[in-house]
Amino acid sequence: MDLKDKLVSSFMAFENMVDIDTPIHDVRSEAIKTFEEKGFPSKRDEAWKYTSLNSILREDYSVFPKKENSIEFRDIKKYFIHDIDSYKIVFIDGKYSSHLSQTTHDGIDVCLMSAALSKPKYRILIENYFNKAATKDSLSSLNTAFSQEGAYIHIPKNKVVEKPIQILHFSTGNESALLLQPRNLIVVDENSHVQIIERHQSLTDNPVLTNSVTEIFTNKRAIVDYYKIQNDKQSASLIDNTFVKQKRESHASVHTFSFGGQLTRNNLNFYQEGERIDSTLKGVTIIGDKQHVDHNTLVHHIEPNCESHQDYKGIFGDKSTGVFNGKVLVNKKAQKTNAFQANNNILLSDKASINTKPQLEIFADDVKCSHGCTIGQLDESAMFYMRSRGIPEKEAKALLMFAFSNNVLDSVKIPEIKQRITKIIANKLGVNLGFDL
Amino acid sequence: MLKINNLHASVEDKAILKGINLEVKPGEVHAIMGPNGSGKSTLASVIAGKEEYEVTQGEILLENENIDELAAEERAHKGIFLSFQYPVEIPGVSVTNFMKTAINETRKAKGLEDMPANEMLKMIREKSEMLEIDRKFLSRSLNEGFSGGEKKRNEIFQMAMLEPKLAILDETDSGLDIDALRIVANGVNKLKSKDNAVIVITHYQRLLDYIVPDYVHVLHNGRIVKSGTKELAHELEEKGYDWIKEEVKA
Repeated sequence: MDLKDKLVSSFMAFENMVDIDTPIHDVRSEAIKTFEEKGFPSKRDEAWKYTSLNSILREDYSVFPKKENSIEFRDIKKYFIHDIDSYKIVFIDGKYSSHLSQTTHDGIDVCLMSAALSKPKYRILIENYFNKAATKDSLSSLNTAFSQEGAYIHIPKNKVVEKPIQILHFSTGNESALLLQPRNLIVVDENSHVQIIERHQSLTDNPVLTNSVTEIFTNKRAIVDYYKIQNDKQSASLIDNTFVKQKRESHASVHTFSFGGQLTRNNLNFYQEGERIDSTLKGVTIIGDKQHVDHNTLVHHIEPNCESHQDYKGIFGDKSTGVFNGKVLVNKKAQKTNAFQANNNILLSDKASINTKPQLEIFADDVKCSHGCTIGQLDESAMFYMRSRGIPEKEAKALLMFAFSNNVLDSVKIPEIKQRITKIIANKLGVNLGFDL
Repeated sequence: MLKINNLHASVEDKAILKGINLEVKPGEVHAIMGPNGSGKSTLASVIAGKEEYEVTQGEILLENENIDELAAEERAHKGIFLSFQYPVEIPGVSVTNFMKTAINETRKAKGLEDMPANEMLKMIREKSEMLEIDRKFLSRSLNEGFSGGEKKRNEIFQMAMLEPKLAILDETDSGLDIDALRIVANGVNKLKSKDNAVIVITHYQRLLDYIVPDYVHVLHNGRIVKSGTKELAHELEEKGYDWIKEEVKA
């Protein structure tokens, strides 16, 4: 039985197991039908032309891990940003780990999707927001059909949440191959501000595939800063589907740092449903071996006087491959839109490749939209400059890569995150520069 | 200190240096002048170890050791410093951090521990004061958005920090106004000692009023065609380079 058949036939059992009477029963049933019709995307789909799921779909994934597994904090401490006070929502093999987490209901809700889906007090919010941003593509639908666990975050109006929220998913290798489908819902009301860090980390060499959906709603004048740290093992793959719906005067930013994993696909979608909205999408990708990272972005400018900023940097070594597909859609009504997009890439080897494609569809006539993409090598004259000052080749390369990524790193607002990212990069490049950038 | 014997070098199979002979002793200042395209910057880059240039014949000896096979950083560790005509911008890396890395990598190559932070700071303060560099400047990204004069001053600041045995200044005067020129030249003069040496590459005589050379060499078409003392520089300033070219033809 292939994975699609296995998933479709497990759906009934899944619903019986979780609770068939939940308010989202109909949504789930609809979603499994959509998935059954569409199946997994293939290279025949334009949006998947350069990313093939074939090899990772061949694994015999266990779809509902039964055994609970626990891990000690000291073993996973390094995956947290632990030098700042934060809320934590931690999952192990898809199951919530209360002893590693720190949730709250004190003025804000930082808790679990499973609780939000089952308790009556969340019912209205779930009805208003659940699955209202996610698209009906096959992978999001698959996630919707099996959505049960993940982070639920609701920030009522006029709250500045001082502590960032960390969402961490660990897989332990309890199953020989594991499919995880976390589902996150984040609702930020008027004038509120929240910062979120998300990370998926495999602790095993057994294959793990994560098909994640995150819906983020930023209401009037809300601010959301979201950081995704993707530095997983070679045996892990991630399909991240993130949907951000913004109301007027809100600011939302998503930074995606992709340094690891076998295959990573980021489907990042922004919808601007009001005036004077600001959307920021930035990323740094540094990969090697046979790793593959695909950024597929959409910014939909629906209303006038809004801005979007996209800046993606990629460095590809060995036989790694990258994709950037950035779509900017400007409705006829969305006059005075400012949309910027940049995708710059460095290829470190002859066998590495990047496919980059800006896709602008503009129906308004008074807008400023720019896009640019570059593909190049490390600047030889800069290398010589640094080496002539006594800096060895490996360190000089690393400094140039930091310099290249600097625009993106510089816009990270939490210093501890920036420090962590630079450390991950330095480790990856095998250098110790003796200072934090 | 530096001995160059019959040096031939080419880039992409095009011969640029065609038999250079030059000896620089400790304590000396040599000026290398010559018309555009004569090979001045190539000579500087070849000594510093730029990989694009291939040495096809001859040798470069630093303190009697052949350095032909050494990488640029290894030459730097042995005390060669090249001040660039066009310093490269490195966004996100401050002048201070860049210097820390350069100094500690050099120390590491010599088997020394990192320089203690307070010692490093003291050195940075002294050297930047000598070159009249504002402290704020040191936390800016290396060369990013620097004016031409700031870039050159920063090059000499780096030279002061690294204390090379042999400094090669490639067109350090270009893009400098007279005040900046004076500051840069004073800096170089203060760094001069009986144990180190300087090669000044320049198109014009102007800089040589401030950094007075012991010897002046004229490079033309990949060869040193005339050598003399500082008076030769004045003669070139007055008469240009054409008479040299004529002399070579004759």
